[in-house]
Amino acid sequence: MSSITRRRALGVAVGAAASGVALARSAAAAPGAAPAAAPAPASFDEVYQGRRIKGGASHGGGHHGGHHGGGYSVTIDGEELHVMRNADGTWISVINHYEPVATPRALARAAVRELQGAPLVQLTLA
Amino acid sequence: MTVRKNQATLDADEKRRFVNALLELKRSGRYDTFVTTHNAFIMSDTDSGDRVGHRSPSFLPWHRRFLIEFEQALQSVDATVNLPYWDWTADRTSRSSLWAPDFLGGTGRARDGQVTDGAFARTGNRWTINVRVDGRDFLRRDLGAGGRQLPTWAEVDSVLAMETYDTAPWNSSSDGFRNHLEGWRGVNLHNRVHVWVGGQMGTGVSPNDPVFWLHHAFIDKLWADWQARHPRSTYLPAAGTPNVVDLGDTMRPWNDVTPADMLDHTRHYTFDTAA
Repeated sequence: MSSITRRRALGVAVGAAASGVALARSAAAAPGAAPAAAPAPASFDEVYQGRRIKGGASHGGGHHGGHHGGGYSVTIDGEELHVMRNADGTWISVINHYEPVATPRALARAAVRELQGAPLVQLTLA
Repeated sequence: MTVRKNQATLDADEKRRFVNALLELKRSGRYDTFVTTHNAFIMSDTDSGDRVGHRSPSFLPWHRRFLIEFEQALQSVDATVNLPYWDWTADRTSRSSLWAPDFLGGTGRARDGQVTDGAFARTGNRWTINVRVDGRDFLRRDLGAGGRQLPTWAEVDSVLAMETYDTAPWNSSSDGFRNHLEGWRGVNLHNRVHVWVGGQMGTGVSPNDPVFWLHHAFIDKLWADWQARHPRSTYLPAAGTPNVVDLGDTMRPWNDVTPADMLDHTRHYTFDTAA
């Protein structure tokens, strides 16, 4: 990321009240990324099929290397689900990696169905 | 010379040797290093950043190199073993001989998706899922869940007809042959097959299922078929593209091989039918 882009991202973050959302948007607007018009998805927090799923803008801390949620993080029962945003604004996760869905909430729900009650485990990158 | 055959044509001895070589790589720990490598790339390849193994032009040469390395590992166990390919346009149901107990075993049981027959069933104690993203250590599948359909030959043919290898922005939103074959756009070939198999094949640790190699061996053959159909088309981009592996750039994790080095598969293997 160039310094100009970084300054611009900072400006957006300072200018917006909901800075977390703005950070997510600026990350998605990095060079070569999705069209800047793609809105940052809303945060969510619900119990789905007996499991707590949460999603929202992440704030940098506590992230593992190699995570590329574009500033957005999703957890299932408190464990982070690795998510990724596609250029067209759709989402995939490490659990459903070949089938894009429209929103992080749909992604979290798909992961819960796929897990059938199993806990997520964090994999250390090679 | 390595000849990659259609899995449907393998005889009983060829199947047995292939399965035994897989089990030996698993026992020695070498198999799981391939799963780890694949997952590391799938988690770090992004549309807006560095991308090498997936969602980028180098999807095809990267997987060609990855399969060659895996095939060489198999051959270090049994020199007669070659990677077979799965033509999922032809063998398109869970009743295919591919899924019989003497080869890969069948779909998972309803309760938890666990594969319960064949050499890769957890109960045989020879195929524990160690590199995993959730707590389950058994191989899972859900072949054709929800009535999903594998791609047809007509759909494959429509993608093979595309003249241009790849286009800017060189990612999951690109037009062209590579991205349509990978499946992020259009009729969806490669991605859809991962989803059709289900279980670990739908996840970042998809090489946990041995069918990963047969699927990618067919994707690799389709690249060769495309080259034969479009002799004047070649790998793109040629040079100077940020975050993307150009024709002459080296690819991680090997750092000594370029897409240009991977264009001619006949230096490494041939197929049982002329490409």
